[in-house]
Amino acid sequence: MKILVCIKQVPDMESRFRPDASGVWYSEIDMAFRVNEYDEYAIEEAVRLKEKLGGEPELTVLSLGPDRVVEGIKKALAMGCDRGMHVQDSASQLKDPWQIASAIAASARGENYDLIFTGLQSQDRGSAQVGTMVAELLEYSCATTAIGFEYADGSVTVKRELEGGLRAVVRLKTPALVTCQLGLNQPRYPTLPNIMKAKKKEILTIPVSELLHEEPRTVMAGFYAPAKKGTGVVLEGDVADQVDKLIGILKDKTGLLR
Amino acid sequence: MKALLIAECRDGKILDYSYELFGFAAQLPADAVVLLVGKEGELPECGGTVYLADVAKYGECNPDLHKRVVLAAVEREKPDYVVLMHSSYGWDLAPRVAAGLKVAQLSEVVAVAEDGFELPCCSQKMRRKAKPVGSPVVLTLQLGAFPVVKPGGAPALQRIDADAEGEGKVEFLGYEPPPPKGVDLGRAEVIVSAGRGIGKKENIEVIAALARALGGEVGASRPVVDSGWIDAGHQVGTTGQTVSPKLYVACGISGAIQHLAGMKKSGFIVAVNKDKEAPIGEVADVLVVADVMQFVPALTAKLAK
Ligand SMILES: Cc1cc2nc3c(=O)[nH]c(=O)nc-3n(C[C@H](O)[C@H](O)[C@H](O)COP(=O)(O)OP(=O)(O)OC[C@H]3O[C@@H](n4cnc5c(N)ncnc54)[C@H](O)[C@@H]3O)c2cc1C
Ligand SMILES: Nc1ncnc2c1ncn2[C@@H]1O[C@H](COP(=O)(O)O)[C@@H](O)[C@H]1O
Repeated sequence: MKILVCIKQVPDMESRFRPDASGVWYSEIDMAFRVNEYDEYAIEEAVRLKEKLGGEPELTVLSLGPDRVVEGIKKALAMGCDRGMHVQDSASQLKDPWQIASAIAASARGENYDLIFTGLQSQDRGSAQVGTMVAELLEYSCATTAIGFEYADGSVTVKRELEGGLRAVVRLKTPALVTCQLGLNQPRYPTLPNIMKAKKKEILTIPVSELLHEEPRTVMAGFYAPAKKGTGVVLEGDVADQVDKLIGILKDKTGLLR
Repeated sequence: MKALLIAECRDGKILDYSYELFGFAAQLPADAVVLLVGKEGELPECGGTVYLADVAKYGECNPDLHKRVVLAAVEREKPDYVVLMHSSYGWDLAPRVAAGLKVAQLSEVVAVAEDGFELPCCSQKMRRKAKPVGSPVVLTLQLGAFPVVKPGGAPALQRIDADAEGEGKVEFLGYEPPPPKGVDLGRAEVIVSAGRGIGKKENIEVIAALARALGGEVGASRPVVDSGWIDAGHQVGTTGQTVSPKLYVACGISGAIQHLAGMKKSGFIVAVNKDKEAPIGEVADVLVVADVMQFVPALTAKLAK
């Protein structure tokens, strides 16, 4: 059995985002990067399945992006993936989901993966497209927004999360792709011995130009902060002072305090 | 301009947010044609063409078949836009349609711009503008970004069919109800909610102490529930409870759209966050820029006096 996990590296969401020189995406200066939260659930679910099946499946983790994404691949290897694939692209931020999906699908085509795990969405781009498009391009069956996953005898049962907490239970035959939602599992922290072991694992590098022959379907045209519609008060400075000011406002505006 | 609006049914009923599609079509502006996998007794309240595919044949949770129906309607109508909501149905179906047509998809549109569309990014902290290349364009709309419009009138019903051979690749086994609520946050006058910014499970007690001091209940964002810091009955948001207390205090909550959807109608909103640019600031009446673990105990102590 062969399994692929697709992960993206994204900035820490508590960073301050500013436009870069192109004006259409954020500047990476002073940014700390980490693995997209949704993709950590994808890694964890794949590793758990491998453990459950007695270590038989081979887990490949793929990330498309500049050289910094190798850090993310290393984390996935330390969590239990077997080999890494770095699709090298120093301008991945300018690729649209269609192009990224096309490149990933091209890399997967000869590999005959039985299962592919991706995140539901990336935290920076948030298009929720890449996983599903990869499935379409490979003609895999696909279920999105998984909060429950089970595998048995070539078919997977996925609990999909719908609005209001309702769930839909669906079954797919492999080959299948599943996009992972928050809370699917509790991703493990890589242990030191596993980090050491991961250093010996293979990471393949493929230039994106070998995989991608598609033009973008969208043009990026701007990156900016949302227009502030809030008329809210901002309280900064000394804590004791903030407390007094807030109590004053609550007395004035809510009638809950006397 | 013509827009094919994909309405959404659950348990045979049209979901109310489907009417936001009309609000969007009016802003484009574009003529609206509707497609629904549903049943004849439950058609959208609008004039104009409504394509209906029978839910008994195509199912409610069978995206491969729904994709084929959408592609059939696109073939007939040649729309400029194919529009869905950015819901669990829409984000699941839209990329299948876009890939099927090999066209652009823009996700979670929040506004129509002069020369393109405005989309949120970076966990709602920022916006970007994108222009589609080619036609048609597949769009999903952020829930609540466009007004609900019920055009009224009698639909001109057209049946539509697509190949249901092979049944599609996703087999629907059934719905499962949401986890039980536990606490009824809907009745609380005051809710103090904990977000990931509280740092660890033990700190829930600090949030609960403030809730007690204000005579309210404890709420939580999703990661707090997912991490097992509090049980699911406390979750506020699209997949938790929708609340509108007189006072909502968000402690260490960034303000993701799915959280905001559950609490933005609260009477008065206070946010405590160390990040002045956190999107919760958009809806907060007061944003206290501080470390929750310093500010909240100080506030509780002062209220106790
Ligand atoms: C389909 C779907 C459904 C969802 N449903 C829900 C839902 O029902 N409810 C929900 O809440 N979410 C839901 N989410 C998740 C949502 O997108 C966000 O991931 C989540 O709301 C973030 O929770 P948070 O604000 O607690 O954490 P984060 O986004 O991590 O934010 C933590 C915040 O705390 C601040 N902070 C950190 N440390 C401190 C400190 N010491 N002092 C002060 N501030 C600090 C940070 O600046 C940051 O703003 C859903 C997501 C999806 C895709
Ligand atoms: N550059 C990338 N490299 C590898 N996987 C990616 C990349 N971009 C997106 N993905 C995968 O596709 C999912 C959805 O991303 P998006 O469509 O950007 O919201 C992510 O959670 C990842 O699993």
